[in-house]
Amino acid sequence: MSTAGKQKRERLTDAQLLMTISICIFVFMYAAAMIFMGGGFLKTQQLFDLLNDNAALIIISCALTIVMIGGGINISVGGVIGLTVMAGALFLNAHSDGGPFSIVLTFLLAVGIGLAFGLLQGFLVSHLEIQPFIVTLAGMFLARGLTTMLSVNPVSVSHSDFSALVKTKIQIAFLGYTAKNGNLIPAKLEIGAVTAVAVVILVYLMLRYTKFGRNIYAIGGNQGSALTLGINVRRTRFYSYLISGLLSGLAGFVFLMHKPAGNASVAMRSEMDAIASSIIGGTLLTGGVGNVIGTFFGTMILATIQKIIALSPLNASWWQDMASGAMLGVFILLQSVVLSQRGRGRMGLPSWLKFRKE
Amino acid sequence: MQNNEVLRMRGICKSFLGVRALNNVDFTLRKGEIHALMGENGAGKSTLIKVLTGVYEKDGGSITVEGKDAHIRSPQDAQKAGISTVYQEITLCPNLTVAENMFIGRTKGALVNWKEREKRTAEILDSLGIPARPRQELSGCSLAVQQMVAIARAVDMQCKVLILDEPTSSLDEKEVEMLFGLMRDLKSRGVGIIFVTHFLEQVYAVSDRITVLRNGELVGEYVAEELPQVELVAKMMGKDLKDLADLEQVGVKNAGEKDMVYEAENLSSTEARPFGFHIRRGEVNGFTGLLGSGRSESVRAVFGADRVTGGTVKMNGKSVRITNPHEAMKAGIGYLPEDRKRDGIIADLSVRENIILALQVMRGFFHPMSRKEMEQFADEYIKALQIKTASQETPVGSLSGGNQQKVILARWLLTHPEYLILDEPTRGIDVGTKLEIQKLVLKLAEDDVSVTFISSEIEEMLRVCSRLIVMRDRKIVGELTGDDLTQATVMKTIAGGEQ
Repeated sequence: MSTAGKQKRERLTDAQLLMTISICIFVFMYAAAMIFMGGGFLKTQQLFDLLNDNAALIIISCALTIVMIGGGINISVGGVIGLTVMAGALFLNAHSDGGPFSIVLTFLLAVGIGLAFGLLQGFLVSHLEIQPFIVTLAGMFLARGLTTMLSVNPVSVSHSDFSALVKTKIQIAFLGYTAKNGNLIPAKLEIGAVTAVAVVILVYLMLRYTKFGRNIYAIGGNQGSALTLGINVRRTRFYSYLISGLLSGLAGFVFLMHKPAGNASVAMRSEMDAIASSIIGGTLLTGGVGNVIGTFFGTMILATIQKIIALSPLNASWWQDMASGAMLGVFILLQSVVLSQRGRGRMGLPSWLKFRKE
Repeated sequence: MQNNEVLRMRGICKSFLGVRALNNVDFTLRKGEIHALMGENGAGKSTLIKVLTGVYEKDGGSITVEGKDAHIRSPQDAQKAGISTVYQEITLCPNLTVAENMFIGRTKGALVNWKEREKRTAEILDSLGIPARPRQELSGCSLAVQQMVAIARAVDMQCKVLILDEPTSSLDEKEVEMLFGLMRDLKSRGVGIIFVTHFLEQVYAVSDRITVLRNGELVGEYVAEELPQVELVAKMMGKDLKDLADLEQVGVKNAGEKDMVYEAENLSSTEARPFGFHIRRGEVNGFTGLLGSGRSESVRAVFGADRVTGGTVKMNGKSVRITNPHEAMKAGIGYLPEDRKRDGIIADLSVRENIILALQVMRGFFHPMSRKEMEQFADEYIKALQIKTASQETPVGSLSGGNQQKVILARWLLTHPEYLILDEPTRGIDVGTKLEIQKLVLKLAEDDVSVTFISSEIEEMLRVCSRLIVMRDRKIVGELTGDDLTQATVMKTIAGGEQ
């Protein structure tokens, strides 16, 4: 008997199953929108716009997924976006004739603010072992307070080079469509959207193929065990918060490139959307289970609901909120039903759906 | 010094707040030897193990591994010295795959080579005959296999000393056999194994040598074959053997023809198949059977701790409805759960609060007890049961296991139950307290309280119970009374089959 040779395909783990469910839901939902609503949903641009509009959210959702897998939480991400956007806008206005170099400095400023928050929160959570919820709640208040301190009034960016950067879009002709007047309008993707997708891929690779990434899963699964297995729990946790801070700073810069204006209410509540995205994507709040690909689709599911409602006769913010809430509720219910049924061995895919016959 | 000694501990001392936990203890482990470390609770077994694994720092003495001085100050030091421990509670990550659990935390480089890991894991599992697949999630493996994966990890880390701390507590017989097979295999590879367990038969099944500790001191090191089981027990218990004889005479075994207190017919719950039994006033009966035979599930159904799905129940001849613990309590039933830490004590509450808990629930939320009344009750039972606690206000979690158990007993006695169910009341507590609890049960029976007693130790059941209900595969397969109450008959009934 040799198990070393050919390996049987393992059945899906719970995490993979949850991710698969969210991908399927996204596909069904989008397909339904294409069939029943038509119009914009039939154009690639609609999909790209979901990415363009939600690039920052995708990035902070990844940040949240990382800390949630490690058994923590970070609710300061939205506040950090608000702060970096405001600080970036003020900085750009102060150097409106600074040329491209000032944009680089703005980028560094944004990332620096994020890193500073990550550093401080990471230290408090991992070394002083304070509850992450409280630490990041304090971080959120701090960031929001600093934002308002920087400027009570909204600040619009007037910086010619930056405006040019905002307008820069990647145009993909063959995915475009022909307008009524016969002109070909290419599909446009913003730099931020590309960044967000790149972040998803990089974080996926990090979580899957680096020792650090696997250590995060280990400490989220069982912290005590992780310690006896020889993992440096403190360092791992510290870096997970540092990275989530860094990503929030980056998300702030991406946000600024999408809407170049600072405002005290920028990205308000977005940490909650990010948590919802992670959960819909199959990340467990209890830690140890999760995947950023799932998170990406979680964000897209939420974004699609919002879009569908915006384009429907029900267009009102309360309907969007209630639909998002209902979606989250239904999804959590589905998750727990699926997982409990699976635990009792009552649920299996019908044989015709199995990937490979055994 | 013989050169096949792999571990040598000499004159180990350790005190906690002035209390001697280990006094000048020696321990020697040879290459390719399974060495059982025996002793009752409080003997110093776990302290010795924790000193060896770097959880505690020793106060004095020396440890040498393969002739070299080992300075062990942390679990990491111990691992580096070649000492690995597999605990009863699995210390692996359930959410990772078997292969990851084998290698996480001990590889060089920043990246993970999945292919290589899985290939290596498959080889190791194969060579040790462990029935697990590398890409399987650990939580999908049985407890026994998880334990074996932990052992495989230790072996692959070139451990010279493998400590198995109560590895068989939650395994069934087949799994125990599997584990023993693995242990013998490792032995032939020259690994020295320290085997800590409570189960006497298991000690004799695999061990070469036995070291006995008592009250933090070394009693002696013996070759297993030359030490009869009775003598081992005597050595572990010391002078307590006489007490055992006393108790034999105390045992009142006349259930008499008193009236029925509790009768159940076709009672079933989500966890227990339909069963029926009855108990008379002042009777002590017992449920016995192997782990997983349904004995605990049955009494949980009696108390309504699991969801009751059918059957009829009579208390004192009158039909009652018991579907949850509260109804059971009102009917006069008390239940001491099997898992003391999880279902019994509330560790952060004081002794007083733990004691009055059940009575408060019986009286209801709107009838609070006065502080004076609570203190009076607590005081009374601390004295009556001789609970060793600094004060009433000490958190229960800081008491020893035996005293925690007494607190839970006090909690139920305070409600003056007619029928008391004790599921494993003596598990994991020291011999002295064990005897006290046994005596208490018999005294309760004299006072006309009916008691159902469950224990894994058949000797104990025979001593205390006047009727034994034997379960196998979640069914009642026999009832033994009178002359049938011997170890041999009980074993035969449990095992089933002919004769």
